[in-house]
Amino acid sequence: MKHTIYLILGVFFGFILTKTEVISWFRIQEMFRFQSFHMYGVIGSALVVGIISIQLIKRFHPSTFEGEAINLDGKPLTFGSAIGGTIFGLGWALTGACPGPIFALIGDGNLIFLLVLLSAILGTWIYGLLKEKLPH
Amino acid sequence: MDFLNTPWPWYIGGPLIGLMVPLLLLIGNKQLGISSSLRHVCAACIPARIPFFQYDWKKYSWNLFFVAGIAMGGFLTYLTTPADYEISLSSETKTDLMSLGISDFSGMVPSEIFSWSNTSSFQGLIFMIFGGFLIGFGTRYANGCTSGHTIMGLSNFSLSSLIATIGFFVGGLIMTHFLLPFVI
Repeated sequence: MKHTIYLILGVFFGFILTKTEVISWFRIQEMFRFQSFHMYGVIGSALVVGIISIQLIKRFHPSTFEGEAINLDGKPLTFGSAIGGTIFGLGWALTGACPGPIFALIGDGNLIFLLVLLSAILGTWIYGLLKEKLPH
Repeated sequence: MDFLNTPWPWYIGGPLIGLMVPLLLLIGNKQLGISSSLRHVCAACIPARIPFFQYDWKKYSWNLFFVAGIAMGGFLTYLTTPADYEISLSSETKTDLMSLGISDFSGMVPSEIFSWSNTSSFQGLIFMIFGGFLIGFGTRYANGCTSGHTIMGLSNFSLSSLIATIGFFVGGLIMTHFLLPFVI
């Protein structure tokens, strides 16, 4: 099955997110109150690795394992990034979770986050419904 | 195996998170992102003739395998975490949260807010249902979340990702410092 590799990468990612406690509501509160370096260290060092990796890819143009050229197209620039970003930020501080951590929290035994996940799916659906009427 | 049952410091976890960016690109030409999976779920289960959900979601099913994996990764951690697990939170945060009425600091999330018995209260409604709603609505509106914008997009020097990330923090700071005291 060709998608097994993504399942395995997901397991790896979920394990790191949980072990590093970035899925914790407490840690997110600590971050938004600027009372610990932990979350900033996580995001900052992840970015350093990400930036170096992408610079290397841009310089050496490696192809993927399947021989394709790597696609680094960025996302389109819209007002939606600012408005939607702020709306998500409000939800991030309330639930203490972003989408990845919601899945990790459920796996980690916080089954109540199934409810947060369903609400997030509903929010996505309502966005799809209203998309044409929203400023972008 | 100490590293399996103790929390990891930022300088271990952060770089490993960043490593997901080149791994996904090199393995399958995939840009790291999680919130799209919520859209694919809508497209697969409840498209309801909405144009935004009319696309071949199966083309992106790798993302659904990825998030299923994330949940399994969480479960692996669950198996290796002691039952009385408590995060070593900064004492200032603890004091702040205690003054907001939080007294149980065990586990990953405050059980006083996030519990099945709290689902019918105003507080539960705001934190779990409305909070989740804002995550789904906001990430799609912004075209990405912390992984897609803050990690993948910023690593790629994308301006829309910088704007989105600033938005994430503006929203989070407004909620934490101005709104939270009224709803907690």
